[in-house]
Amino acid sequence: MSARLRWLVRQPWSWSFAAAIVVWLVAAVAAGQGAGGALTAALAFGTFYVIVGLGQMVVVTLGPGNVDLSIPSTIALAGVIGMKVMDGSNGGIVPGILAALAAGAAVGLANAGLVFLLRIPPIVATLSASFIVQSIAIEIGGGLLVKPPPALAWFATAAPLGLPLAALVALALSLLVSLVLARTIFGRTVSAIGQNRRAARLAGLQVNLVAVATYALSGVLSAVCGVLLASFSGGASLDMGVEYLLSSIAVVVIGGTSVNGGRASPAGVWGAALFLFLLVSMLNTLGFGAGTRMVLTGLVIIGVITAAGGERAA
Amino acid sequence: MGRAVLPVRVDARLLLPVATFVILLGAIFWLQPRTMSYFGLNLMLNLAVPLALATIAQMMFLTINDLDLSIGSFVGLVACITATWLHDRPWLGVLALLGCIAGYAAVGALVQWRQLPSIVVTLGLSFVWLGLAILLLPSPGGNAPDWLASFVGFHMPLVPLPIVACVVIGLFTHVLMMRTSFGVVLRGMGGFSRAVERAGWSALRARMTLYALAGCFGVLSGLALVGLTTSADANIAQRYTLLSVAGSILGGCSFFGGRIAPIGTVIGALTLALASSALTFLHLGADWQVGAQGAILIAVLALRALTGREREA
Amino acid sequence: MPSSCVPLATESSHADRAHSLVRFTEIAKSFGPVRALDGVDLTIEAGECLGLVGHNGAGKSTLINLLTGALAPTSGSMEVAGAPGSVHDPRAARALGIRCVFQELSLCPNLTVAENTRLVHPGLRGWNWSRRAASLIEAALDTVFPGHRIRAGATVASLSLTERQMVEIARAFTTTDIAPRLVILDEPTSSLDASTASQLLAHIGRVTQRGCSVLLVTHMLHEVLESADRIAVMSDGRVVGCDPAGVHDRDSLVALMSGGTHRASVARLAADRRTGSSQVLRATPKGGEPLVANQGEVIGLGGLAGHGQTEFLVDLFSARTMAMVAGDRKRDGVFPLWSIGENISVGAYRKHLRHGLLNLASEEASAEEWRGRMKIRAPDMGNPILSLSGGNQQKALFARALDSDAGIILMDDPMRGVDVQTKQDVYAMIRAQAAAGRTFLWYTTEMDELYECDRVYVFREGRIMAALGPDEITEERVLQASF
Repeated sequence: MSARLRWLVRQPWSWSFAAAIVVWLVAAVAAGQGAGGALTAALAFGTFYVIVGLGQMVVVTLGPGNVDLSIPSTIALAGVIGMKVMDGSNGGIVPGILAALAAGAAVGLANAGLVFLLRIPPIVATLSASFIVQSIAIEIGGGLLVKPPPALAWFATAAPLGLPLAALVALALSLLVSLVLARTIFGRTVSAIGQNRRAARLAGLQVNLVAVATYALSGVLSAVCGVLLASFSGGASLDMGVEYLLSSIAVVVIGGTSVNGGRASPAGVWGAALFLFLLVSMLNTLGFGAGTRMVLTGLVIIGVITAAGGERAA
Repeated sequence: MGRAVLPVRVDARLLLPVATFVILLGAIFWLQPRTMSYFGLNLMLNLAVPLALATIAQMMFLTINDLDLSIGSFVGLVACITATWLHDRPWLGVLALLGCIAGYAAVGALVQWRQLPSIVVTLGLSFVWLGLAILLLPSPGGNAPDWLASFVGFHMPLVPLPIVACVVIGLFTHVLMMRTSFGVVLRGMGGFSRAVERAGWSALRARMTLYALAGCFGVLSGLALVGLTTSADANIAQRYTLLSVAGSILGGCSFFGGRIAPIGTVIGALTLALASSALTFLHLGADWQVGAQGAILIAVLALRALTGREREA
Repeated sequence: MPSSCVPLATESSHADRAHSLVRFTEIAKSFGPVRALDGVDLTIEAGECLGLVGHNGAGKSTLINLLTGALAPTSGSMEVAGAPGSVHDPRAARALGIRCVFQELSLCPNLTVAENTRLVHPGLRGWNWSRRAASLIEAALDTVFPGHRIRAGATVASLSLTERQMVEIARAFTTTDIAPRLVILDEPTSSLDASTASQLLAHIGRVTQRGCSVLLVTHMLHEVLESADRIAVMSDGRVVGCDPAGVHDRDSLVALMSGGTHRASVARLAADRRTGSSQVLRATPKGGEPLVANQGEVIGLGGLAGHGQTEFLVDLFSARTMAMVAGDRKRDGVFPLWSIGENISVGAYRKHLRHGLLNLASEEASAEEWRGRMKIRAPDMGNPILSLSGGNQQKALFARALDSDAGIILMDDPMRGVDVQTKQDVYAMIRAQAAAGRTFLWYTTEMDELYECDRVYVFREGRIMAALGPDEITEERVLQASF
């Protein structure tokens, strides 16, 4: 029993889940009722954090300096392209999704090209790319809000038995990413690069190819998020991705993924996404304003990284 | 061999941002000759001053190979303090601003002490600053102190104030970081911290100093911004975070190795500020303003990579 | 202990001590179970140049670190400038007038030559500091390396390696408030050319005449023979000889360094060595002689540490046909977050693929197999790799390379920190694998291991200086080509 507990404590994701549960209980007690409703809402909104968080997580796992700042604009671009191609009809859903995913992959590959061919540090490379992507999204969007096809809108918002269907997509993606990281050569190579790029090359791994694919993966996951988000909120708006810039990094870090690379924690992304959303709703329920919520969120992030940093130093 | 190349290299570092800036400015003048006047320049470069100050703050982080993702929120907080407390109760305002700078120094100490990645710590910090700003000023408003508005709006004879301000900012930071014996130690920490510590200097003190300097320039940026806009909003400067990173890299700073270029950094910030104006005059439409900033960044960085200056980074 | 001697003797030893700048008595320094220094007695007199030679790992670096305040001794007593007790920290060393030129340079590449000078002189501040720093370092450069052509305003990153080393050396001789009393030069000529090296040696002669002491640590035996007053020879953490330079020549130093004991237990006889016929590899390091490897051969790469062997192997490495056994485990080999098993299987993933996914059972079985074959001392191959001792980590890295299907195995001095029994096991395994057709390129700093090889190439300054055939591998031949 205690061995199992010790195992649980050692898992990188356990803390974010514990925190999420505590916050959920406090929110439920404070609100008196509606714990189930709070969870449904958390799952519905957390889904988007989880999907982009998975992409960011794999990029961060590549090691220090690797980060994808183009996530918000990719979300906008993919959402706009997807909605445009679908044009509100159910028949356009499949081509629309494919077009959106292709756009996401293209942004990811462009990022990788800037990073690996032009040797621009990932932070500025993805940032510059995001500026351009944002403009392309504005150009394509043209100021018109295209409504999502009814079937997709239903899918994105439906929550039978309090379980949002979109969350199932995020769950499937999480399982897939976990499997890829743990059981494929690609996943092991990502981890190896993050731990020691030079050793990874000397162990005979395909270092460059895998790093490029990682950025593409992040682009594709942002695209999935873009389509779902546009369908969820009744159309693609150009600034719908903005809040995912910092929060995609936050869920990765709070979830226990090592900022120094090499260790990903897909489950932790869930814990962190639920935690962040529930924290906000708990503080809401307790009557705190937006300002206090932000200050506490920030302090939590700093607290988590300070604790995790200590673990590394030891 | 390296010796003969050296003077050219030093110039090349500044050459790229200067050339980019001059070409851009030339294009604007050519497209819209009316901008080539006192008021035209004043109008175009006005809002470049707070951005230049924020970019210098970012450069202080880059000096020690760190990154500040909170500078935009911080400038927003300073703006809110300035438009409320500093306007109503100046002493409280001054104390609050000093407290903000001390906060930055404390974060520097935390990063050094626990060997934390600055990018994550400042990410958290950005929420803290923003939250404090919202607490102080929940909805846009407030008033700029009169002295500040009149100072910022001062009409210099002959040369517009923004130009003078940018020159002063650039020269001052250049002297501070590149010419004083104090700046040498700070830059050395970014170059090869073990060697500097071996010579008996404290890395903790260096990091705290640089973070505090970043705080000082962030405060100046917020003051300048409120002086121009005459009121404040917590989200007023969110874009500065990414623009300041872009501007300092554009200006010739590196993410690693303590290589900074204060004058280039100011020019980099001006370039980004002008990029949007240029696009307006090109009739390309507002849609492409942000994209143009991205394209300029990529072009300049690619050019730099091709000329091989970033090889050591 | 000299201090507990009878009063009469104290008088004379006191007079003695007035001349001794540094006095080590029975100094020992341990890192865990490893004894880096094992009872060292050594003095450095004021105004002398003491040469310090010895193989890699003989304890020279540890000795230097004690003097610069980077380390404290585990036991024994040291006395610097008449004051007993160890040097507490770099600041204390500076106050005592101890300066050190480290082998890995300690200049900030982003700063200019003058700015780097300012870093070591807290007094260089205030108005006009940069001109004072510039003239200080320029004067030092002019004195040590006349005709140097280095500008004080040049950024260090723009200087060649030779010029950087010149700056670092000259900087150690600059004086503002505290004059240098002991300058430690650790391999100072490793990147200098012949003429600048002789300029430095001439300067050492000048400063010692003025009363400043110099500790010259180098592999270049002719340099210590030429410029040192006395030469201390270290071996296995001890000073095995400390005599005036005049009594020595190259051969006597080499004999002392190798411990004077000639190996009775030569592991393999020349007759056992064989050369293959079908060539699998031909590479030319740095435009010198080519290196040729045939199938089934064990090729040794000899020479002193840091003479381009590792760089040669890393450049040579290509994932398709080769596997690498890292020597610098932390830098080139170990994935610290992974288990022992994962660290082994990374070299041979394809073996474990089932329908595109890695089969964990197959991975685990393979790890178990290697635990037995390499005698890796771990209760569970799922434990983190860092839970192993250094030697056992090294065995895992061996297993990784041997587990792969690479035809050529590159080994980068991989036996550091491995115990004797394991070494013998690994040697046997290498022999068996070579007999089965694998080719080994084996860089090693240990003579015993070169005996295990079929042929040996000796490296110096990145080039092959000698190619020794099966019946030519002897310690003398290797050392002759190394120095």
